[in-house]
Amino acid sequence: MAETALPKRKEMVATKTLKKIMADHFYELDEAAKSGYRKIAWCTSVGPAELLRGLGFLVYFPENHGALLGATRMASEMIPHANAIGYSPDICSYLTSDVGAFLQGKTPLTAAYGIKSVPRPDVLVFNTNQCRDVQDWFSWYGRELNVPVIGVHTHRDIGPIREYQVKDIASQIKDLVPKLEEVTGSALDMELLREAVSLSKRTSELWRACLEAASAVPSPWTFFDATIHMGPAVVARGTKAAVSYYEMLYEELKERINQGTAAIEGERHRLYWEGMPIWGKLRPLSEEFAALKTCVVASTYCNSWIFDQLDPAEPFESMALAYTELFIVRDEGYKERYIEECKRLFRFDGIIFHDAKTCPNNSNNRYGMPERIAEKLGIPTLTINGDLNDLRCYSEEQAKTNIEAFIEQLEGA
Amino acid sequence: MSDVFAGVDVGASRTKVALLAADKHLVGKSVMRSGTDFQSTAERCLDEALAEAGQKRSGIKSCVSTGYGRNNVSFRNDTVTEISCHARGCYHYFPVAMTVIDIGSQDNKVIRVDARGRRTSFKMNRKCAAGTGAFLEEMSMRLDIPLEDMDGLARNAVETVELGSYCTVFSGTEVLEKIRQGKAVADIVRGLFLSVIKRVLEMDILSDTVVMTGGVVAHNPFLVEMVKELTGKEVLVPQYPQFTGAVGAALFAIDI
Repeated sequence: MAETALPKRKEMVATKTLKKIMADHFYELDEAAKSGYRKIAWCTSVGPAELLRGLGFLVYFPENHGALLGATRMASEMIPHANAIGYSPDICSYLTSDVGAFLQGKTPLTAAYGIKSVPRPDVLVFNTNQCRDVQDWFSWYGRELNVPVIGVHTHRDIGPIREYQVKDIASQIKDLVPKLEEVTGSALDMELLREAVSLSKRTSELWRACLEAASAVPSPWTFFDATIHMGPAVVARGTKAAVSYYEMLYEELKERINQGTAAIEGERHRLYWEGMPIWGKLRPLSEEFAALKTCVVASTYCNSWIFDQLDPAEPFESMALAYTELFIVRDEGYKERYIEECKRLFRFDGIIFHDAKTCPNNSNNRYGMPERIAEKLGIPTLTINGDLNDLRCYSEEQAKTNIEAFIEQLEGA
Repeated sequence: MSDVFAGVDVGASRTKVALLAADKHLVGKSVMRSGTDFQSTAERCLDEALAEAGQKRSGIKSCVSTGYGRNNVSFRNDTVTEISCHARGCYHYFPVAMTVIDIGSQDNKVIRVDARGRRTSFKMNRKCAAGTGAFLEEMSMRLDIPLEDMDGLARNAVETVELGSYCTVFSGTEVLEKIRQGKAVADIVRGLFLSVIKRVLEMDILSDTVVMTGGVVAHNPFLVEMVKELTGKEVLVPQYPQFTGAVGAALFAIDI
């Protein structure tokens, strides 16, 4: 049943532009770090990036660097160095691999772009909507580099969003302004902020359209493709480059749909991926699913960079709302309804939950959700044990057997 | 001489071969240590099973391999995971809705099968040896008793020494502590059996009839009795529990 040859994958044309955008992003930061011509802010992945752009900062995202450490499989080598200074192997492996790499003076940017080190920050800005670990992560750098650490403390386990929650977050974001102005030495330009919010909104709309292209049968791309192509949505949101990129990507996906081009030739099954990617195993997993004629069509993870509520007319309030609407800070009921909606749109016939050892916030299998969803939606679920970056927590053979057995189950074995 | 259908289950510890006739009767079987050369072990195991069946390789109509080393069997026609094979093998012997518990050397599986033989769900143990055959092997070394003596010891125990930890290393330390406290080895072994059972029972709810398979069950029938007592459920065991996966693979071979 697993004796299928690996189908040929069709490379996305947009990949070339993607690589250029990512390279430009890092070169610009490197140049600014060396010359000091622009201030640099480090920002958590769903931190107030628009505000930082509005203040003229170049923005660097350590979580993106964490993902690069994972994807290049440097992470497992770096994590022990952070463990040795007291950062537990049980906490976020983005944090431990990033701190470990810094301690070792290593970065995947060297092999990829010839850049010697990550850009030195002038300020570190977090939003705990991802987790509390981001604050601890930035605090380590704050102490190490003697740089101010400021941030937004999110609400959690949110059902319906209440006005007080949005007001609170908006007020916290506003409170950042004077501290950031102190770093830049100039006042916030509201027009620049509105422009960044507007570009971010447009990026988000286009990113959503790209992701929803996978609702076509057969799907023109996979979750694994999307984890790569989401780069600009993370690091360049709020810029014109990101908007142009997703316009181009969306056109390519539409063309694929019109031509009936399938990401997985002979697509037999469609799955949803819930939880973090296993960065160091993207390729083997992608190939395994392809060999099983299975397309992982959608994921909560890639959807997490859709910010529908951004509105340049009300930048602070809309950022607050957009960052409070996030899946990760919502209650179980909301999350289940969300996945149910995704099932309606993407028509998948099974769900894979990734239980990431070091990322409890992004592992939604731990409180009975797979069982509840399986019963409610009438589709099977599978939980894979692994991790985003720490491959010591992942058994490739066990995962392979589980995935194969899951597909066999879908085929009636 | 009629054709036979081969199921080859290359497990982490043992390789099992089952040969079925076209009418699905078991006509040959063999088991040996998997070792490090899975291909060679599979061939030797196959030859032994063929000898038992009075068959030659030319008599094999088709072959399905399963288990961790399933892709190392060059003479296979197809591969199917051990999860599907155990479910299929159990349903062959007991065609009812069931929960299959397979305790292997490296992993445990709890598989649900409906009344029509379709698998509805499965769970494997998490990334930990707790509750597997490897746990019992490690403990037999700690206690310095042969693995094959454990069943008899557990059966004759007077009490059950409960172990609190599920980590194999921590359990080892706990066992040493119990020995220091003067607990009887037999009572400790029964406690180890209980530990294995607890790890399995916490994996999933047991619904319908329970069927137990795997090497640990084959060599430790008292463990099955303990499961019956603990759960109050009827527990069925196929005639050759260690071969259930291989039989399932051979049944898939018939479908080819």
